[in-house]
Amino acid sequence: MAKVKKSPWLLHYDGSSCNGCDIEVLASLTPVYDAERFGIENTGDPMQADIFLVTGGVNTQNRDVVRQLYEQMPNPKVVVAVGVCACTGGVFKDCYNILGGVDKVIPVDIYVPGCAARPQAIIDGLVKAIDLFEKRANEWETSLKGVKKGE
Amino acid sequence: MNGSSTVNKTRTVVPFGPQHPVLPEPVHLDLVIEDERVIEAIPNIGFIHRGLEGLVEKKDFQEMTYVVERTCGICSFQHGMGYVEAVEHIMNVETPDRARHLRTIWSELGRLHSHLLWLGLLADGFGFESLFYECWRIREHILDLHEMTTGGRLIFSVNTVGGVLKDMTPEMLRKILDTLDEVARDVRVVEKTFLYDYTVQSRLKGVGVLTKQQAHDLGCCGPFARASGIACDMRKLGYDAYPYLDFEPITSNDGDSYARCYVRLMEVYQSIDIIRQVIGRIPEGDIAVPVKGFPNGEYFNRVEQPRGEAYYYVKASGKKTLDRLRIRTPTFANLAGLTETLKGAEIGDVPLLILTIDPCISCTER
Repeated sequence: MAKVKKSPWLLHYDGSSCNGCDIEVLASLTPVYDAERFGIENTGDPMQADIFLVTGGVNTQNRDVVRQLYEQMPNPKVVVAVGVCACTGGVFKDCYNILGGVDKVIPVDIYVPGCAARPQAIIDGLVKAIDLFEKRANEWETSLKGVKKGE
Repeated sequence: MNGSSTVNKTRTVVPFGPQHPVLPEPVHLDLVIEDERVIEAIPNIGFIHRGLEGLVEKKDFQEMTYVVERTCGICSFQHGMGYVEAVEHIMNVETPDRARHLRTIWSELGRLHSHLLWLGLLADGFGFESLFYECWRIREHILDLHEMTTGGRLIFSVNTVGGVLKDMTPEMLRKILDTLDEVARDVRVVEKTFLYDYTVQSRLKGVGVLTKQQAHDLGCCGPFARASGIACDMRKLGYDAYPYLDFEPITSNDGDSYARCYVRLMEVYQSIDIIRQVIGRIPEGDIAVPVKGFPNGEYFNRVEQPRGEAYYYVKASGKKTLDRLRIRTPTFANLAGLTETLKGAEIGDVPLLILTIDPCISCTER
């Protein structure tokens, strides 16, 4: 447990974003901005991920995909909504196929605004997510110890 | 085979996507597999469909510029440009010469950053992580130029009906030239690895061949078609400052993944050359003309985006809002070519082949 909380892995899913935020998420992981210095690694496997990073709002087609990915992730987990579309639906909120922000489908912990969100803002959101993840991991650990003592 | 083989080959269907490590965007393919070889690929799209063309009923034609720019975050500027030029044609607005030159500079900067991004993703696709990082490092220089001239990194909304919103000072133009020299120098270094490295060649040469005839029949466009020997380039139609510039479409006759890599690499140099030519002849003057009234009529505009030709159809009837907007994007045209190249490919090459058409799913599904 102690090792995991120091290097949370990242799962990125593009809801219905215009690509702008996705590219900025990738850019913030490359050496120029280097979010990997916080121990973050981009993974494609929800089963190994700790932070779920969603860009773009949800629509009728990907609603179930987002929910499934969230449910596959092990506890504890943190959800970060990147970009104004993921926060509220943004410029597309009046479109017929957009249901709104990601929080319509899964609980969101951290909102990163911007169109497209700048790498600095994304890294700020990620650092907040790591803190929150560490807190949740500690709570998780103490609750597990409580169970063991109870036995 | 034809009955000579006694082994009963079974076919399996492997779902690919929508969430996949190699793709930044969700696309779903059903791959029909026989002995690790793809027999057929059936694409299933619609994960990013927003329905932004429908917004024309709710937003007026000036506001729609900002929506159209958000069709895609990579070729954002060119989407906005294609749309405003269509509206300008309907309203008979004569855009100032300086605005047309500025649009050309931003288009080519967009092409540069898009191609460098693609080269990086390709390197990631064949597992060359440091090359991926290097390409993205070079790309950051272009984004710095975007930020310096407009204030935005990817989506900067400088287009408006009648011209552009921001001007470039002589210092900015000088800075662009200096940065492009640096970019050209850096790209020369990665070029050696992309074109002459043995391991890279083994992943790209002869993989996913699309013949000229196939590319023509399937209506492919952009660098994907140019790599198969079709010299189609919408810039030759002569919009903006392109009629005054000296350039020729870059083509290759091989039609494989290596040719697509070669064409895009050479287009990086071509874009740098075009920007230099534009800066050499940019005239002084206004950057926008005032626009009065509402559009009435219809127009069909074509522009060359980094991924190929994009169509914009605009229909208006003298009201504040437009009647109809239709966008056809290059990836939509190239998807047919992709399913053709996937036939007979090994399953290990599938992610790489999807990358070679430079898919932009959010453009395609809008």
